[in-house]
Amino acid sequence: LSRIGDELYLEPTESGLSLRAVNSSRSAFASFLFAPLFFQLYEPGSAGPDTELFRCKVHMKSFLGVFRSLPSLEKSVGKCLILLKPRASRLVLQLHCKYGVTKTHNLAFQECERLQAVFDTQSCASRLRAPARLLAEAVVHFPPTLAEVTMGAGPGGKISLRNYVEDEAEPSKTMVTELCLAEDEFQSVAVAPGSHITFCLKEFRGLLSFAEASNLPLTIHFDEPGRPVIFTLDDTVLEVHLVLATLSDLESNSQSPSTNGVSHLPAPSDDFADDLESYMAAMETSEGPPSPIFPLRTPQPAKSKEEEEEEEEEEEGAVPGTPPHKKFRSLFFGSVMTAGRPGLATTQEVLAEDSDGE
Amino acid sequence: MRFRAKIVDLACLNHFSRIINTVAKLAKTCILRLTVCKLYFVLSDKVANGGASMWCELSQGNFFDEFQMEGVAAEHNEIYLEFVPENLWRALKTAQNAKAVKIKLTNKHCPCLRVAVELPSLSSSSRIVTHDIPVGVIPRRMWNDFREPSVPDFDVSIYLPVLKTMKSVVERMKNLSNFIVIEANLSGEMNLKIETDLVSVTTHFKDLGNPPWASEDGCQSSAQGRDLESMAEACIDIKKLLQLLAGQQVNPTKALCNIVHKRIVHFILLHEEVSLQYFIPAVA
Repeated sequence: LSRIGDELYLEPTESGLSLRAVNSSRSAFASFLFAPLFFQLYEPGSAGPDTELFRCKVHMKSFLGVFRSLPSLEKSVGKCLILLKPRASRLVLQLHCKYGVTKTHNLAFQECERLQAVFDTQSCASRLRAPARLLAEAVVHFPPTLAEVTMGAGPGGKISLRNYVEDEAEPSKTMVTELCLAEDEFQSVAVAPGSHITFCLKEFRGLLSFAEASNLPLTIHFDEPGRPVIFTLDDTVLEVHLVLATLSDLESNSQSPSTNGVSHLPAPSDDFADDLESYMAAMETSEGPPSPIFPLRTPQPAKSKEEEEEEEEEEEGAVPGTPPHKKFRSLFFGSVMTAGRPGLATTQEVLAEDSDGE
Repeated sequence: MRFRAKIVDLACLNHFSRIINTVAKLAKTCILRLTVCKLYFVLSDKVANGGASMWCELSQGNFFDEFQMEGVAAEHNEIYLEFVPENLWRALKTAQNAKAVKIKLTNKHCPCLRVAVELPSLSSSSRIVTHDIPVGVIPRRMWNDFREPSVPDFDVSIYLPVLKTMKSVVERMKNLSNFIVIEANLSGEMNLKIETDLVSVTTHFKDLGNPPWASEDGCQSSAQGRDLESMAEACIDIKKLLQLLAGQQVNPTKALCNIVHKRIVHFILLHEEVSLQYFIPAVA
């Protein structure tokens, strides 16, 4: 969760304790729901007719600081007690350790609205289920700094993964990596033909390491480009959801298939055109030396997503639909929406209100 | 103009990757020259590279199981490509347990080196990862810019100390100064010196040995008739030296340098299957 946001939302519910996080551009949301059975004791508190169960958010770093060194914690801590004290404005984390030592951490919290992304795995046209290890092995071929990857139906029924090259970057200067995973490597495959989505690797890598460590298979639900992709992990006592915004497929018609279009490069075979003779002929007659190769494009920093959010604010009254040059949008939070604006009704409904109520 | 090659042996693949790693540490972009028998990685001494230049040469037969090349024309049966070696290294990095790696020159939308790595997988078919590395094709009229540099008329030639030791010394010196003086004589002595306002540090190496160079045409080189104790020195950019030393993962069979007093230092690192020459000019 810390790979996604700086604040940890704690929401006790009847069905368990939910820990959630969202990123600053509201294009990534994750929730971990621990069932009551996960705990030795679980008391969510009582909700009255007018009040809801109390929820709050704390600084991610403060919370993580309590659990800093896992190996030593495993050796010394017998029990951990988490107590929410609304009147004292404190979230208490108490570690009962060996030799009668008790470490009590009092964290300040902020009250908050319910943080909930609206998504529906049932309405997704495509679904993939695979052991985390398979996806980890695939992702390793992409550079650690790569921002976005495109995943979709590849040739021959395979699932292809490829690094996403932004339109602004010249395609002739960026290295493109692609790989295909065979259907039989997945536990289940139900993919709409020709479908593909582009999403951020950073948050996904976080979930992937958790999934690998806990040895749980990962299910990926996706639909059309622009609609969020949902990654889920399921266990008897734990339910995990990671929801990521995906890139809208603006120019899939005009773009040549070499970028993020639907048709991928054919599976590497030995018989495609190596026509460099005509290229050489052109080179010999042209003026001037060839342009130097630029170093690899560095991925866009997260900042650019916020800039685009601001752009969105200015476009009040704009026709709903995907404006040009937009990258990942805050698809499922409507964070810059107020009631008066024309809703993004045709593409997605106004979903949860901004929990910070700006 | 065609090129395709294949590596099947894992040891060859690892060795090749290490060479690419070394090249990537020395040059952001460089030239790959392909001939029927050899591959060359060339960095020419342009201002953009800080004046340093590199010439790395290896025999394709020692690495590739298949190697087919058709140059620009019959009488110029070579290919010169400009590329970013870091890209190639990244492509090979995750091919540690590959069944085969194929490299091919293609021109789908722009000239690329397509690296196809065939990896074992649990499914019936192997997993294939392809990397398309963009390259620039260098036209024939520019090939002269990338000729093999000649060995300079040096004042002193000396074998280098153990590279690991040299690297750790230079690494620490880098924190104190941007420039380092290499001086050596024909009695097998070498000093690495830095000097700043506050501190000067010198590391002395001795008994290094001086390689015998046969003089061509029987004419005197600057080194002959030279006083054995007298030092030739050059002050060079310490980062460049460190790049060279840091990029060596395996100890070379032979490592030596030629110093032209106050002009240039010419490093030669020889492994069984690959030779690397690196020139660092002296700063004024």
